[in-house]
Amino acid sequence: MTDVLRYHRPDSVSEALAALRSHENVKVIAGGQSLLPAMRLRLATPAVLVDVARIAGLHGISVGENSVVLGAMTRHTEVAESAAILQAIPALCALAAGIADRQIRNLGTVGGSLANNDPAACYPAAALALCAVIHTDRRTLTIDKFLNGLFGTSLEADELLTAVSFQIPARAAYVKFMHPASRFALVGVFVSQLGREARVAVTGAGVQGAFRVSSMERALSDSFSVDALADAEVDGAELMTDMHASAAYRAQLIRVLTRRAVQRAIDS
Amino acid sequence: MIRVAERSESDERVQIALTVNGRRQRIFVEAGVTLVRLLREDLGLTGTHVGCDTAQCGACTILLGGRAVKSCNVLAVQADGGEITTIEAVAPTDDALHPIQEAFRARHALQCGFCTPGMVMIALELAGRRPDATEQEIREALAGNLCRCTGYEGIVFGIRAALLELNAQRVRSRDPAPPGVS
Repeated sequence: MTDVLRYHRPDSVSEALAALRSHENVKVIAGGQSLLPAMRLRLATPAVLVDVARIAGLHGISVGENSVVLGAMTRHTEVAESAAILQAIPALCALAAGIADRQIRNLGTVGGSLANNDPAACYPAAALALCAVIHTDRRTLTIDKFLNGLFGTSLEADELLTAVSFQIPARAAYVKFMHPASRFALVGVFVSQLGREARVAVTGAGVQGAFRVSSMERALSDSFSVDALADAEVDGAELMTDMHASAAYRAQLIRVLTRRAVQRAIDS
Repeated sequence: MIRVAERSESDERVQIALTVNGRRQRIFVEAGVTLVRLLREDLGLTGTHVGCDTAQCGACTILLGGRAVKSCNVLAVQADGGEITTIEAVAPTDDALHPIQEAFRARHALQCGFCTPGMVMIALELAGRRPDATEQEIREALAGNLCRCTGYEGIVFGIRAALLELNAQRVRSRDPAPPGVS
């Protein structure tokens, strides 16, 4: 049971925006797999929900020469099981297959995950490492302009994330050290090689959410190998300390998981 | 207090259509009601259990459009137009068990039984999409279902046995015994 009073299920983006503008304390619901637990814990208390699941334009996977475009409502299992994505970015399939559990993956969406920007979610790391571009009803913006602190994004209150495009890398891998109960990333590292540039994005560790590690990116851009990481430091963000792990432990996990991810990307 | 006042004033019931265990029905439901609550309290289908009510334990697992979901983590209104299968519709008749249920009984896959409806439903989804699932795949499929009694071994072996039996049934139905062989 939740305290929601009103529920809208628009068929189009414009109807969704109208519903968002005509209410206060209103929230978009996609798959609802983070929002509904948050509502049960009273961490979110929207009175009105706008369910965007039936908007046809938010569905669909399209794989081009240089990018994979996912409609915001693409479910994690759809990504995990997509033969086209497996060809283009197998690391993205593996990431989606490792989110939470089967039941959550059957409903949870990429758009919902990115708009929620949980500091331990998997998709923000993939988005940062694959130079993702966020498409909304009114603009496109790069992922670094989109992510904005803990559970924060630069979406306006009446703005809808409609799709996300990921650049297809030469190689990439995601390695997650998962919390055994929540299955969120205690630390997750996504590495990619896009042309000559390497990217290293970390989730689960930064006090302000997912971030890139520039010293490791420089080292891997010079030489995409495990050995190149020997002297690289973990910079780019202040690390979290909480009941699960200290900042020092998380820093060590980042070092280890980045090596494993580079090795996996080379082997794949 | 304000919230309570607002609630009684604008309590909005929404009409939805659901096909539950093959029966299509129209239901009026409040916007904030979870699917599991609708199933148990309005439709009387109490075989689906509520364990944690926060999407962790999986006791409330049902099939929505053939896919396993946690029915405590879906609003009833979100399921509008959907096809739902609950544990009540798994056995073929009142007197018989489904091979998954039979295997659970034979392999000691339950003790207190509280998690069992969810375990059977996630196993049913797995049987449909991965009929030859390995032990590792079975264990991964169970990631969202908690059992505090069995230690999971009986459940994993029960599901393995059930998958074998279901595959054997498929072979038998495809290859009827040749004439003269009984």
